[in-house]
Amino acid sequence: MKRSEIDISEKQPASEVVLRLRGITKVFGSLLANDDITLELKSGEVLALLGENGAGKTTLMNILFGHYVADSGSIEVFGQSIQQGSPHAAIELGIGMVHQHFTLADNLSVLDNVMLGTEPLWSLSSNRRSGRLKLEELGERFGLQVNPNACVAELSIGERQRVEILKALYRNAQILILDEPTAVLTPQETETFFETLKKLVSGGLSLIFISHKMQEVLAISDRVAVLRDGRLVSELKTLGASETELAQAMVGRNIELPERKALIAGESVLKLKSVTVKAEEGRPALSSVSLDICVREIVGIAGVSGNGQTTVADLISGLVEPQSGTVELHGEVVNNFTPRNMLHKKVGRIPEDRHSQGVIGDMTLAENSISECYQQPQFSSYGWQNQLNRQRFAENVVSKFDVRGYSANSPVRLLSGGNMQKLILGRVLSGNPQLILANQPGRGLDVGAVAYVHEQLLAARENGAAILLISEDLEELLQIADRIAVIHRGRLSESFPRESISIAELGLLMTGQQKTPTTNNQSTEANAS
Amino acid sequence: MRLEPRTKVPFVLVILAPIAAIAASFVLCAGLVAWSGASVLEAYGLLLKGALGSGFALSETFARATPLIFTGLAAAIAFKSRFWNIGAEGQLYAGALIITVLGTGMLDLHPGLMIPILVVTSAVAGALMLLGPVLLKIHFGVDEVVTTLLLNFIVLLLVSLLLEGPLKDPMGLGWPQAEPVIEAAELPRLFQGLRLHSGLLLALLFSVIFWIVSIRTTLGYEMRAVGFNQKAARFAGMPVKRVMIITALISGGIAGIAGFSEVAGMKGNLTLDLSPGFGYTGIVVAMLAQLHPLGVIISASFVASIFVGADAMSRSAGVPSYIADVMVSVSLLCMLVSVLLVRFRIRWS
Repeated sequence: MKRSEIDISEKQPASEVVLRLRGITKVFGSLLANDDITLELKSGEVLALLGENGAGKTTLMNILFGHYVADSGSIEVFGQSIQQGSPHAAIELGIGMVHQHFTLADNLSVLDNVMLGTEPLWSLSSNRRSGRLKLEELGERFGLQVNPNACVAELSIGERQRVEILKALYRNAQILILDEPTAVLTPQETETFFETLKKLVSGGLSLIFISHKMQEVLAISDRVAVLRDGRLVSELKTLGASETELAQAMVGRNIELPERKALIAGESVLKLKSVTVKAEEGRPALSSVSLDICVREIVGIAGVSGNGQTTVADLISGLVEPQSGTVELHGEVVNNFTPRNMLHKKVGRIPEDRHSQGVIGDMTLAENSISECYQQPQFSSYGWQNQLNRQRFAENVVSKFDVRGYSANSPVRLLSGGNMQKLILGRVLSGNPQLILANQPGRGLDVGAVAYVHEQLLAARENGAAILLISEDLEELLQIADRIAVIHRGRLSESFPRESISIAELGLLMTGQQKTPTTNNQSTEANAS
Repeated sequence: MRLEPRTKVPFVLVILAPIAAIAASFVLCAGLVAWSGASVLEAYGLLLKGALGSGFALSETFARATPLIFTGLAAAIAFKSRFWNIGAEGQLYAGALIITVLGTGMLDLHPGLMIPILVVTSAVAGALMLLGPVLLKIHFGVDEVVTTLLLNFIVLLLVSLLLEGPLKDPMGLGWPQAEPVIEAAELPRLFQGLRLHSGLLLALLFSVIFWIVSIRTTLGYEMRAVGFNQKAARFAGMPVKRVMIITALISGGIAGIAGFSEVAGMKGNLTLDLSPGFGYTGIVVAMLAQLHPLGVIISASFVASIFVGADAMSRSAGVPSYIADVMVSVSLLCMLVSVLLVRFRIRWS
């Protein structure tokens, strides 16, 4: 991503401070989420807030926007001190926030969503005409065209984000907070989004851009504030800053990237042959998906969230069965799609949502460590649980996979995301799986934990496992996958060796653009396999 | 004002919270007692004496607690697995009905054989009452709250029909009541001249057994997993549907045994007022116990002592006995608040 020709940092020095945070401290239990943070935002500036997951970025912005009250510290907006704990007061003073997870009502039109809450609840008439005019005027001015009458449910992710921004602008926001805005966008959509941000700045807004992606921060911001473990560790001008410098500040330690050995893939482990699954509530359809994964191989599936990745994962996990096509494991056709049968066939599954699928939060580490093998004779005899063996097994997993913080008898919900993921990894890998499904294994984890997960997956690959890695993070895929396929609207492209494809090409495939029609590719792959 | 989760819960708080909740409910109900014209302290003194003050009072209290332990346990087991069985009342009557059919002369065996058979058949009757609702829930997503609740009325009307017809006691002077069970089917009294019967021991036994099942067995492991997080349990390959069915059958079975215990231990025969809402009160008992099988024993005893004590109070002090219902409800509300305050701290700002 290049800096555009309109370089904002070279404009007139804008010295007026529009927002001032002083000594913000917030403690959650024993966790110091924000430690005495002092920050300033100047008029017409893009301030990037950089930090790992859990560094305190979102907490700080939630305090600013009034979702939380800081334990100490003050906030001034345009020289006026703000009443904390009230989003309403924040909006009044011209602060707008675009949340990472959109806060739109799917069943309402764009106009209704934008106007929602701006009119008194008890008024009988609604001034939609002037609302529409204002919305259209804003769209025109900032290049954020959306049809005001369209239902939000029908909009693409990029369009929804535009609506979120329009919502803030409609409320006369002068300061816009963008929380990980690019997480849901394809590389191409991100480029367009950055153009929009530049228009916003030239239109007089000041932006706070929250991210953990260094390239984006370098591409868009004027100034970077780096948070680590709740503290502001570094504040520097973007011009002249380097990626390594920022990474060092963000992580505060050296992260060794796992080494990836060149291996020769062996015989096929998982083979999908034109698998079709029909759409269900919360599960998009798959149409005629073919895929082949071999021993000592990591195959990645890239794609924008919601294009069928969940369905692929559910299929391999045994939660859904195909309507047509076949799934073969070790050359045998799978007929019984249940989680237990998949486990029986040596499929290890790392689910996308740790909290809702991966663990049972109210049960202990020990109980969770055996949740997929509790029926084996060493844990269960004549209907009684062997607590001693369970305990031993759990302690083994805890020490081998470096699960930190709690004993085997503590409830799992107390664990941090990274440790929870290590526990799940330990559970999966202890079963010596021959096929591993890793669905977004690095999501929400800090850099160190992600590196650990990758290291374990690569080690499993060396030991002869076949791995299906589903991820929205293209860099993650390019780092550890041998081949990458792209999923779009339930169709899976052919897979490309990692050396022969770039981020830009993957990005194009993710939006469904392709030189050759998808079906041709699939048939060639089916023929080849 | 906002609530903040406590990171560490002091043990003292866990012990003190329920005691404080009960004390608070007494204070809150004091106004009601005073309003009805009695001296508050005197009325509460009478309540305490009537519930716990003598051997007779204790016998009455624990005799009342016995069916509540059964129904409370039934509710606790089901609720813990997120199966909302509101039908313990109907399951109790179903158990009582089968006992009446079998125990009034159809079977005549030695008590050592007779009583176990009746325990099992009443459990089967209660369990069958829940089989329909649980299958409907699993296969068609039918809300079990509705089905189990409505089944209560169906069973009660069926009992009413049978008591007016084929099961009517010819010696009953025209009252809608069934013949008394034969002597071999009766649960022995625990003390001479007191109504407390061995059904209590059965109730305690089931509570302990279920507690052990819950923490020590593979079935208990599955039941807890399904209750805490059904999605994760399914993902881990647990037989979620089978666990739900087994849970429902155990819950219904235990409620059915309550019917046996009341007929064979307390009343002697089946009448339409066999249960003054034991099935519904069981839900309160289970919630007060926070769904813990052993906690059910304590909460059932508490609820029973309030009911029995309030009866004594209303007789002696002229206070209306519905105050017992109010006190039980208020104590449940206080308990829920205290549970909240154990988990969260109030921050005034």
